[in-house]
Amino acid sequence: MSESKIARLHEGLVSKEFSCRELTEKYIEAVNKDNGALNAYVTVTPETALETASIVDDKIARGEEISMLEGIPMTLKDNISTDGIRTTCCSKILEDYTPIYDATVWKILKAQNAVLLGKTNMDEFAMGSSCETSYFGGAKNPHNINHVAGGSSGGVASAVGGNIAVYGLGSDTGGSIRQPASFCGIVGMKPTYGAVSRYGLIAYASSLDQIGPITTSVEDTAVVYDAISQYDTMDSTSQGRKGESVRSTLKNDIKGMKIGIAREYLEGIRDDVRNAVEEAVEVYRSLGAEIVYFDLPSLKYALPVYYIIACAEASSNLGRYDGIRYGYKAQNYRDVNDMVKKTRSTGFGDEVKRRILLGTYVLSSGYYDAYYKKAQNLRGKIVQSFKKAFEVCDVILAPTVPMTAFENGHAVSDPVETYMTDICTVPVNICGLPGISVPCGFDNKGMPIGMQLIGDSFCESKILNAAWQYEKAAGKFKPAGFGVKL
Amino acid sequence: MKYELVAGFETHVELATDTKIFCSCTTQFGGEPNTHCCPICIGLPGTLPKLNKKVVEYAIRAGLATNCEIAEISKMDRKNYCYPDLPKAYQISQYDKPLCEHGYIQLSNGRKIRILRIHIEEDAGKLVHRRGDTLVDYNRGGVPLIEIVTEPDFRSVDEAKEYVEKLQNIMRYIGVSDCKMQEGSMRCDVNISVRPEGSEKLGTRTEIKNMNSITFIAKAMEYEYGRQVDLIESGEKVIQETLRYDDATNTTSGMRGKEDANDYRYFRDPDLVTINVPRSLVDEIRESLPELPEEKKERYINELGLPEADALLLTKYRKIAEYFESASEGTKTPKTAANFIIGQIFRTVETESEKEQFDVSVSAENLRELITLLDSGKIRMNLAKSTLDKMLETGKKASELIDEKDMGGLDEGALDELCRQAVENNPKAVSDYLAGKEKAVKAMVGFVMKNSRGKADAALAEQKIIKLVKNS
Repeated sequence: MSESKIARLHEGLVSKEFSCRELTEKYIEAVNKDNGALNAYVTVTPETALETASIVDDKIARGEEISMLEGIPMTLKDNISTDGIRTTCCSKILEDYTPIYDATVWKILKAQNAVLLGKTNMDEFAMGSSCETSYFGGAKNPHNINHVAGGSSGGVASAVGGNIAVYGLGSDTGGSIRQPASFCGIVGMKPTYGAVSRYGLIAYASSLDQIGPITTSVEDTAVVYDAISQYDTMDSTSQGRKGESVRSTLKNDIKGMKIGIAREYLEGIRDDVRNAVEEAVEVYRSLGAEIVYFDLPSLKYALPVYYIIACAEASSNLGRYDGIRYGYKAQNYRDVNDMVKKTRSTGFGDEVKRRILLGTYVLSSGYYDAYYKKAQNLRGKIVQSFKKAFEVCDVILAPTVPMTAFENGHAVSDPVETYMTDICTVPVNICGLPGISVPCGFDNKGMPIGMQLIGDSFCESKILNAAWQYEKAAGKFKPAGFGVKL
Repeated sequence: MKYELVAGFETHVELATDTKIFCSCTTQFGGEPNTHCCPICIGLPGTLPKLNKKVVEYAIRAGLATNCEIAEISKMDRKNYCYPDLPKAYQISQYDKPLCEHGYIQLSNGRKIRILRIHIEEDAGKLVHRRGDTLVDYNRGGVPLIEIVTEPDFRSVDEAKEYVEKLQNIMRYIGVSDCKMQEGSMRCDVNISVRPEGSEKLGTRTEIKNMNSITFIAKAMEYEYGRQVDLIESGEKVIQETLRYDDATNTTSGMRGKEDANDYRYFRDPDLVTINVPRSLVDEIRESLPELPEEKKERYINELGLPEADALLLTKYRKIAEYFESASEGTKTPKTAANFIIGQIFRTVETESEKEQFDVSVSAENLRELITLLDSGKIRMNLAKSTLDKMLETGKKASELIDEKDMGGLDEGALDELCRQAVENNPKAVSDYLAGKEKAVKAMVGFVMKNSRGKADAALAEQKIIKLVKNS
């Protein structure tokens, strides 16, 4: 099983087994050595990391108490704003953009002396499922670099899976934390909408975006989630965590817990993936959980609803990149309109342009009712059907992705086929629910398979509890051949 | 053929909150360019808006003062369009659930101008054109606005002028805006069309944008009315378009043509939550509303017995009304204070903003002191008037300016003595009076007034003199 890496390192620091500087240097070395192959980081910040490390070492030397995340080397997806550190969204249009303020999640972690190693790769503006729409090229899968790390938070998953970061924060709009976590054989959780502040997260689709942890163990996810799930006055949609620390209930018994299986989630799933999930069902049965089967017919609307709403919001959110105030600006233009046009035409990649056009179309007068409004209505229906599902079960078990990590270049060659692979992850975003991906097996090429546990709103503690019990009984985490050897 | 003018107004009013609508930057006018800004109001990536509660309250105030219904549930929407003064490429506004709806403002001719809606939104920045360069200043970006939209209920330019003035007065009274048109804190768009008198069908309308003076609004409407009538008379058609009024040439001209076809792609702003307006809040705001100019005017006429013209002048600005009410408090008749204010004090305030501030050199308390002296008979009107002029000049109190020996009425004996002297020293006036020239008595009263330094009661003196003459 995968134990808590954060807890172990924390103990090492407190017991002075190693200094924070030593630990940080180890990770910086590993980044230098392995990032060439993984392409996980797009910006590295070794000086800041070492500065923070010495602050932590001073504290330890003075005998002061340090928090769990203090001094632990980590990373942030490159759409989380960091004051003074460039934040690109892996787009040409923001290649040289450096924020002048910190995202709330980073403010929280910075205050706890988290050691930031750098900013990690992602699909451009979080639009993609393979990390390959990144302006800097895709992040590679640490289990086999001929495969993608997944997306959009591919860089975080690659770095954490390749152990060139202990943990990282990603963002999940339609599966962008869970899918790469699944592809890289690690744990990733998309919290309930509103549990974690979005302030400073560069928006893709505001009503779907949520920041969450990517780690190598369920316990680490719980530790990080406990730290970042705070109410934030800067985000009107923020509510913070409801209830106690999720770590405190992590190891509870799950005898009698009702695990729900919706048949629709298992349709069109590759055999090896379905088999792995079905084996997990047996694990739960053996742990004394009750398995409940039900239908979730509205699931078939989830994908079109997701793409209509996400693209509509994106078309508005990305309107601000016009070359006037910050970021990339086209050269040689006639007037301001020409400048904006050329900036956007050459500053955005194809996938981003595709989604902006799609979103503009579905919001246009004459099409609004047929697309956007209809999608909103269906969104309400899907929300209702999940509400009903949670009347009969505590958590829903499903695959995270219908397959394992694509080979490099495959996803970008057929965008629509790639959109289809988001089928298992998007419902959670549409409904604002929490979902976690946990490794549950490997395909015949040794690429990881992930399963997903979905909970009702603000029931992170339940899915984490179920995930931890599975991990303890039958966890399939396997270190990849990169990074720091602990 | 005679043509009737049909017009409707969209008025943007900047709210006088201390901070912007979605962040805590100051709303102060002016300032070095881009110094009243933060990551939120310049729309930096990742920032989120947070609705200022005061803005909602001010909009509700405006709604209640114009007889609107206040929505229980409202929301914010995005109006998407690309322009350099709009840093997010969308304006956060309200589309289909405005805070206030279905109100009206009544004009002096008895007609009601219906208010369709009042919604809240953020202002944009400002473009500054300089020597071939265009610069942008976002200080104004995110300043809260309300947009007040009327039905096409105006039938004359005078009605439009009265409406704008009334609206301005109401907004100032309730303290939600200073409505300074020259600073842009109140701006009007006018929709205008013409139709043959008697016709029910609306003509094709044009929209004159962004006017910032009542004079210009009137001129622009007159010009546009004439232009549309001329077009129709000569067999041409009015084209629906957005116009700009040029006050230098007193003409209107097409503004942006292509952008008229703008599709704003409105949708609910996912960054902001539903606005719930509890009825208790609406009641609370209603309670806190001051007496509005219209109500005040009626009260001044009906309860204080002021002539309508006086009531109108005294209620147009809240500060003037407050001044009047304070100065007349406890005096014999409010008309005295009204006369002093309108007749003498008004001469010292000329501009609109001076009237608005009404920061005059004679305080209401000092005016009241003067009126009290007059009421008690200690001084006479002539002296009161000249004293008030001195007070306005020096800022001193009446009691500091009036000599002790000038003060106090004349006792009966002294008056009798003066009247006796008047008769004695004016034999010609006496004989003229007795010969039937009644006016001759005035000369003798004048003698009494002069020799009493204005302290004598002229009417009483006249009575006494007539008695003396008749008995002589």
